[in-house]
Amino acid sequence: MAGIKNHDYHILPPDIWPLIGAFSALTMTSGLVLFMHDLSGGPLVLGLGIAGLIATFFVWFSNIVNEAHAGDHTPVVQLHLRYGMILFIASEVMFFVGWFWAFFDFALFPNVLSEAVGGVFPPKSVEAVMDPFDLPLLNTLILLCSGTTVTWAHHSLIHGDRDGLKKGLWLTILLGMLFTSVQVYEYVHAPFPFGVNTYGSSFYMATGFHGFHVLVGTIFLIVCLKRTYNGDFTPRQHFGFEAAAWYWHFVDVVWLFLFVAVYVWGGWGATIH
Amino acid sequence: MATSAPESTHGQTTDHAHDDHDHKPRFFARWFMSTNHKDIGTLYLILAIFGGIVGGAFSGMMRMELAEPGIQYLDFFARLLGTENPSFVETLHLWNVLITAHGLIMVFFMVMPAIIGGFGNWFVPLMIGAPDMAFPRMNNISFWMTAAGFISLLISAFVPGGYGNGAGIGWTAYAPLSTYGSQGLSTDFAIFSLHLAGAGSIMGAINFITTILNMRAPGMTIHKMPLFVWSMLVTAFLLLLSLPVLAAAITMLITDRNFGTTFFDPAGGGDPVLFQHLFWFFGHPEVYIMILPGFGIISQVISTFSKKPVFGYLGMAYAMVAIGVVGFIVWAHHMYTTGMSVNTKMYFTAATMVIAVPTGIKIFSWIATMWGGSLEFKSPMVWAMGFIFLFTMGGVTGVVLANGGVDDIVHDTYYVVAHFHYVLSLGAVTALFCGFFYWFPKMSGKMHSEFLAHLQFWVFFVGVNTLFFPQHFLGLQGMPRRYPDYAEAYAYWNGVSSIGYSIMAISLVIWFVNIIYAYTMGKKAEGNYWGEGATTLEWTLTSPPPFHQFETLPVIEDKGHH
Repeated sequence: MAGIKNHDYHILPPDIWPLIGAFSALTMTSGLVLFMHDLSGGPLVLGLGIAGLIATFFVWFSNIVNEAHAGDHTPVVQLHLRYGMILFIASEVMFFVGWFWAFFDFALFPNVLSEAVGGVFPPKSVEAVMDPFDLPLLNTLILLCSGTTVTWAHHSLIHGDRDGLKKGLWLTILLGMLFTSVQVYEYVHAPFPFGVNTYGSSFYMATGFHGFHVLVGTIFLIVCLKRTYNGDFTPRQHFGFEAAAWYWHFVDVVWLFLFVAVYVWGGWGATIH
Repeated sequence: MATSAPESTHGQTTDHAHDDHDHKPRFFARWFMSTNHKDIGTLYLILAIFGGIVGGAFSGMMRMELAEPGIQYLDFFARLLGTENPSFVETLHLWNVLITAHGLIMVFFMVMPAIIGGFGNWFVPLMIGAPDMAFPRMNNISFWMTAAGFISLLISAFVPGGYGNGAGIGWTAYAPLSTYGSQGLSTDFAIFSLHLAGAGSIMGAINFITTILNMRAPGMTIHKMPLFVWSMLVTAFLLLLSLPVLAAAITMLITDRNFGTTFFDPAGGGDPVLFQHLFWFFGHPEVYIMILPGFGIISQVISTFSKKPVFGYLGMAYAMVAIGVVGFIVWAHHMYTTGMSVNTKMYFTAATMVIAVPTGIKIFSWIATMWGGSLEFKSPMVWAMGFIFLFTMGGVTGVVLANGGVDDIVHDTYYVVAHFHYVLSLGAVTALFCGFFYWFPKMSGKMHSEFLAHLQFWVFFVGVNTLFFPQHFLGLQGMPRRYPDYAEAYAYWNGVSSIGYSIMAISLVIWFVNIIYAYTMGKKAEGNYWGEGATTLEWTLTSPPPFHQFETLPVIEDKGHH
């Protein structure tokens, strides 16, 4: 009986990319340490590590797509992928809990002894904050809008409307890029610097990690668009698209919390730039 | 649990065994490109043994230094690790490096890889009747990320860390010691080591949850899963939800150290206690991550050698769920002396004590399982009974320490050190040896020596108790932890403690001898070498199991009970 598979699970052949991926990650973090301490070779080692990671991601996900085409993704394997993605997003949520925790600590219990803070939030040394109802509100609308366009794409896909799928995906990606551009503009013109005090630390790190997730989500959607043009995805089987859409909704929801807590409530009462 | 599996011991033919060998990849592909849960489990176990040797050697250096008052050996150790003519400050810095490395290695690169990566990978699929894990490739990168993290930590020991080589920040990495208190590359390497190992563990957790929820054999409902699988399910959820918070916290350390943020710097309004909150929100679930799989192993072993199903199966399963859930809301009991309000202390005291209830359910259910059973004192059973005693000891001092008022007196003393070593190096490690002797013949196909396993248990038991019990006295006398020197008054029990270390070390030599014995002279293991008490699915397979097991899924018959 050995060698004859009587089940629907996916048994994989040996693969070198886990090893390459893990050691690329080690190379990246080591390069980052060298870079942070201004040692020679830092950027080179860091670059090598990032390149190795990008290569790993590219080959790894290409393999998954090829295996899907080969019919390895039986219903139970598709269910695994769903569970995996949901659990991954759950861990991402907890990652942001850490950043919100720091933010609420600073906002609810501002340091009284520190002269830079003076017992208020935003701290005394922050001369002005952004107007939340200016560009941040616009960005909120952009992201919410992209949430509807990705749903449009999904419904088109389910109903076999390939044209609608492409349009919806294109719009979502463009809105995502627009969001990132507005965010970059906002960072460049922000009235307070990175770090220095609790506001500049928690604001930039929380919104920065969110921005990084938007970038990853946009790349994920671009991959889906390319696959759409390749003729991938059927109304019955399109988990790659669904995972991208879930991830996109996740970054959307994180933004809503950031907008309400950090931009609106966190800047309340401060001078607006 | 009633089972029927196609690949039973009796169904094994020579021709079948021959086939299995043919499907194994060649050496490099098998061990460096593995997608096989059993091989990856073996890799984890090897990593854990290596980690245990390094971490154990560090604790040996610490016990040597602490055997007598005064600074004896640190200068020699510093030279040994490559520092030429170490200054006094550098030798003292080495002490901080030793305690940091010992803690981090034992937690992240010994207990976790062994009990989750090793036994979890090997036996979760076997026990639920699955051919492999849900994501075999991701399983492999989980392992290599752990290895990469270990390498990063080892690098940190040989690069500058401020006052000498190595990161001397404690395993808890409290700010500001870990921010402007330790300049140099070393601490950054140590922090990234946790990022890498943490990412690996999160992927491992996703893999375990998906496997357990989706790949149980037909007929195995969630309420029929073996308790070891239950324990891994709860552990995986704890990992999944707590590690990302640690990742955020140590990322804040990195940016505070290198990019000018002030998360933990009061000058910019930051809050060093925030780091403790974030760390222990991870750290407290982490201690259950280390012990819950041990609970699972003990349940299997006690049941096997009592030849009875576990007493109160559902109660045992949901006790672990309760420990996992409550484990998330007790973290600040590690921080009673940070100046928190009395009301907060009261809450965390009460919540912490609540955990003694489900833990007590487990202890009493194990005893009730043995009650009236047909007991057989094979080596795993002896280790399991040792676990119940030693873990209960650690649990009792845990209830003492849970009291905010009492903790004010003994916080950061050797009483705490004794407490957590009783639950970990006497609890989790005893469970590891218990699992090792229970499953080693299944994994290797060779029987170990029962005599040596028993001998090791008694030497270990005497050794660790001599090592750690006196530390309760030292703590109550007021000896603080994390110091290389102490007043004369503490000399006696420190001397006893160091003798205990030597006895414990001998028990590990016996263990290595036993492994060598098994591979050279050990009898071939049968499929079910423990007999009628061993009823879970791994015992329906050969020892070692075929490279790909359960190619036809086993079907669990409904007998109406467990």
